[in-house]
Amino acid sequence: MSVSKKSVQFVVWFVVLVFAFVSLACNGGGGGSGSVSLQGAGATFPNPLYQKWLSEYGKLHSNVRIDYQSIGSGGGIKQLKEQTVDFGASDAPMKDDDLKSAPGEVLHIPTVLGAVVITYNLQGVSQPLKFSSEVIADIFLGKIKKWNDPKIAADNSGVALPANDITVVHRSDGSGTSAVFTDYLSKVSAEWKEKVGSGTSPSWPIGIGGKGNEGVTGQVKNTPNTIGYVELAYAVQNKLPVAQIKNASGNFIEPSIDAVTAAASASAANTPEDLRVSITNAAGPQAYPISSYTYILVYKQQKDAAKGKALVDFLWWGIHDGEQFAKELQYAPLPADIVKRAEGKISSITAGGKTLR
Amino acid sequence: MSAVTYQSSWRRALSPTGNTGDAVFRVLMMLVALLMVGIVVAMVIALAADSMLSIRQFGFGFLTSQRWDPIKGEFGALPFVYGTIASSLIALLISVPFSLGIAIFLVEQAPSYIARPVGFLVELLAAIPSVVYGLWGIFVLAPVLREYVEPALATSFGWLPLFRGSITGIGLLTGGIILAIMVTPIISAVVRDVLAAVPGSQREAALALGATKWEMIRVVLVNGAPGIAGAVILGLGRALGETMAVTMVIGNRPQISLSLFEPSYTIASAIANEFTEATGDLYLSALVELGLILFLVTFIVNGIARLLVWNVTRRTGGVGRAA
Repeated sequence: MSVSKKSVQFVVWFVVLVFAFVSLACNGGGGGSGSVSLQGAGATFPNPLYQKWLSEYGKLHSNVRIDYQSIGSGGGIKQLKEQTVDFGASDAPMKDDDLKSAPGEVLHIPTVLGAVVITYNLQGVSQPLKFSSEVIADIFLGKIKKWNDPKIAADNSGVALPANDITVVHRSDGSGTSAVFTDYLSKVSAEWKEKVGSGTSPSWPIGIGGKGNEGVTGQVKNTPNTIGYVELAYAVQNKLPVAQIKNASGNFIEPSIDAVTAAASASAANTPEDLRVSITNAAGPQAYPISSYTYILVYKQQKDAAKGKALVDFLWWGIHDGEQFAKELQYAPLPADIVKRAEGKISSITAGGKTLR
Repeated sequence: MSAVTYQSSWRRALSPTGNTGDAVFRVLMMLVALLMVGIVVAMVIALAADSMLSIRQFGFGFLTSQRWDPIKGEFGALPFVYGTIASSLIALLISVPFSLGIAIFLVEQAPSYIARPVGFLVELLAAIPSVVYGLWGIFVLAPVLREYVEPALATSFGWLPLFRGSITGIGLLTGGIILAIMVTPIISAVVRDVLAAVPGSQREAALALGATKWEMIRVVLVNGAPGIAGAVILGLGRALGETMAVTMVIGNRPQISLSLFEPSYTIASAIANEFTEATGDLYLSALVELGLILFLVTFIVNGIARLLVWNVTRRTGGVGRAA
């Protein structure tokens, strides 16, 4: 009994010491005069890039500590509105209702671009399939049921398409990827827009749901005659077969980082002042049609000047120096004219009536 | 003098032995137990409060509507309730006979040098994380079902609506089988302990009366019935709330279809899938109401199961639940 009592005492002291040590260490890291810590939360899609940014930026500015939690775009917007974070992040721009109910004016700072690709599992087909927008919409509406449908064959002469049923695979979790894809389908198909619409969790007319990019990929890889959609980065890293898609100019475009930046460039002229824009089905001849921006969301009026300054510096660094890390992580960097306009947005951030840059 | 008697009288009320330490211990334990009840009550209140918006908007229709369309703001829970109960029932139908078999073998038939390692392995199955079961489901179970099991079921039992429809290897049946594999170790481990708790004199008495081994096992099973039912309830609870493994293989489609091959959806999976990206107060509220419904479904199913146990116990007067 006395032995176990001693060991209990030992454990208690040990735990107390560990806590004391950890809290001292934390203070040592974050303490010191002029140090600032920022909290961000939101989209999962740009998380790998933002984590890279945080570690690179941390090397340059040891007095600034930034945390980013990838809890999803919806959560990011919610926390920004509740002012529990210093910045939010979302794949889709905030809706007008959300902006109105926010306690201050919210700025959208685009950071990088992503794309959604169509992947499939067709045995015996080695060359990339080509799809027009009508065919994609009809497949996901359940109107084209067989792989050898004349509408698919029309764009794929010379490909031996099997007479099998198409199994559609879509995301089951709420996702920016689904939002971009359904935004595209709503633009190219009036029937899709009316029946389904666009959003993070649409009510799919047909198909089975996989959780996450990995869930969709797993089911497409394992099930013959399936078709699904995943993020470009995910498809490249896993070497999935991807389809070429006919863009608004009538060219079949293979998804690539350059084709995504081209879509952003092509839409730059009609991008509104607040930078909230959908660039799906963009007009440029080389534009890949299923692409989108991802945004960091910040309040225009910052409450704390020191925090505001750190945030502004970080964002400025992100859209300039940070862009060099985009390509290696399979994100498309911003086109030059959008960087200029994002600069304007960042420069307009104030604290106590004073600009921070 | 009177003060002393007064003090000792309340102390005696708390602790019959009249020991201060015992009294303190008793109060502490009571607080811990009450805290547990308090957490459950707090959960229900929080869930109900956050789902008020959705309850006001849809009323009872939330439970009967089959439409779930976040874009258009229409929410109905029926397909999720159906998927949750149906997948759990399939799981129990498959796993209960298996679990009983495992437990009977381990307690009544296997020599101890087999029973111990096998029992250990079965318990180990319960420790595998559910995401691993899910991955195994996608990469191993679903292809096997698609290539062999489902076509065979369709050709031999295709006259039943249960086994019609397109064969993809992903759907209600796959979800049910994954759940069955996950709850089997729990049920069999508890049943094993229950059977081991049945006194040896019962077995000896049965054998002495000339019973065969099988008849003796039946006696043991009847004696252990309440405990076995408790084990099944425990497994059912796990099946109702399981999220990750099910969502990876069930197809995640909110629909009610008689076919076991068709994709389905469970409440827990829907919440896990949609909560992070849900925007809009009504959408969030509808998801919280799903949580409230899952709570109620679990509560009701458990209640029914306990009534059954109580009924059986009264009739047989067997050994109590070991778990």
